[in-house]
Amino acid sequence: MKAQVITITSGKGGVGKTTATANIGVALAALGKSVVCMDADIGLRNLDVVMGLENRIVYDLVDAIEKRCRLRQAMIRDKRYNTLFLIPAAQTRDKNAISPSDMIRVCDEIRPEFDFILIDSPAGIERGFRNAIAPADMIIVVTNPEVSAVRDADRIIGLIEAEEKDPVRLIINRFNPSLVKRGDMLTSEDVLELLAVDLIGIVPEDESVLVSTNHGQPVVLNHNSLAGKAFENISQRLIGEEVPWMNLDGKSDFFGRLSRLIRSGRS
Amino acid sequence: MQIKGIKDGILVRLEMDEWDIQRGELIDQINAQETFFKGAKLALDVGEQVLHAVDLGRLRDELSEKGITLWAVLSESSITRETALIYGLSTQLQAPRVPSTRNSGGLPIEGEPALFIAKTLRSGNKIVTKGHVVIIGDVNPGAEIIASGSVVVWGKLRGFVHAGAEGDEKAVICALDLSPTQIRIAGKAATAPKRKGKPRAEVVKIQDDHVVAESWRNKGRL
Ligand SMILES: Nc1ncnc2c1ncn2[C@@H]1O[C@H](COP(=O)(O)OP(=O)(O)O)[C@@H](O)[C@H]1O
Ligand SMILES: [Mg+2]
Repeated sequence: MKAQVITITSGKGGVGKTTATANIGVALAALGKSVVCMDADIGLRNLDVVMGLENRIVYDLVDAIEKRCRLRQAMIRDKRYNTLFLIPAAQTRDKNAISPSDMIRVCDEIRPEFDFILIDSPAGIERGFRNAIAPADMIIVVTNPEVSAVRDADRIIGLIEAEEKDPVRLIINRFNPSLVKRGDMLTSEDVLELLAVDLIGIVPEDESVLVSTNHGQPVVLNHNSLAGKAFENISQRLIGEEVPWMNLDGKSDFFGRLSRLIRSGRS
Repeated sequence: MQIKGIKDGILVRLEMDEWDIQRGELIDQINAQETFFKGAKLALDVGEQVLHAVDLGRLRDELSEKGITLWAVLSESSITRETALIYGLSTQLQAPRVPSTRNSGGLPIEGEPALFIAKTLRSGNKIVTKGHVVIIGDVNPGAEIIASGSVVVWGKLRGFVHAGAEGDEKAVICALDLSPTQIRIAGKAATAPKRKGKPRAEVVKIQDDHVVAESWRNKGRL
């Protein structure tokens, strides 16, 4: 077994990277995959909270890198799925505690034993971002359908391409059909047309995300949630299954055109 | 290592070696002549060295911490030149002249060199160059092109373009789809109006002291 390393990042902060990492991790585990979720947002850790594992933390990623513990000791097993693990970020250390080669080394150490390693990355173009993308085989950029978030996503995609770290996949998160209808939000087509990368999922705005985050229960565990369903679909696409696009805005014709857009993108 | 003063600052030519060694020697040299290099505009000739984005990004950051602006990277390697362009660095000290060619009718056709980029410029990309620019791809919002000559965009233009940046009022900007965006020719600025209907290829130029955009009709001359 050789894990695929997927880094989840964004240009702008607060667009849903941590939410996506936790939910894709849980959904992949539910599909029977072995998964490590790694929090590379050093100093701003919260993946543990979203996964509901914060009070099990003893050691963290920086402890493992600086050899105060073995990597295994920093891995926390999930409460619900025994093939899902979390490596938490350090709470207080500065981002310079880690280098890109540390990240590559850590991933290489656990690659043989897992199917997926998901890395929750800091936003933007700081050093933490370079660390998080260094070991990646695939990079998922999360954006919201909003002008400034898309502008920043474009910038980050340019950087990823410049570092020769393609392929890039896109998640449009917090999609709100009623705002789009009123013309107050970018359509998915607008976003895709500008960013010109392959889409892997559109996640609707859904207040159950917030509720489940507060309970440390990723929203995919809630089978009545549309956002949960969207994250499940993304996970299935990651393991190579074809999943039809959810009808989020009632305009069925849009999704026909959407799949055309995807096919004509880069392979 | 050769160091010489040029019109646009300092030109450093590196001896061929491994990149880490070249970089180390450059930094040592700069540290040894701190006052000479401080605040300088630096052009670097790296010969055949193949540089990727990480290498050049790191060097540029390192230099800027020392108060040195890297503005040009000269190289025989096309990969290195492409990397330089991604960071908005020039790849030539000045626009070279191309020799005129003769067409079959025997009339001499004068050509001018252009910087050719077959990719989309994304937010944060900045191209500053003497001479013309041809882009096959889009110019996204947040991307910038500043050229002393004309700019041709075979794609959507939604970023900022300044053609004729050194005052040439004959410079033009062409795009297949000109979206509302700020454009400039020489000393004159304009905002492309929101288009109605289908995109159409347009040429923007200065006419009677105004920046005007007109749809492209092949009249054989601008
Ligand atoms: N699809 C969604 N619907 C509603 N709220 C969301 C959605 N995705 C994320 N959020 C909320 O947005 C906030 C930021 O999300 P987070 O995952 O922490 O972003 P990041 O990791 O990119 O900083 C959180 O409060 C989260 O609950
Ligand atoms: Mg986060």
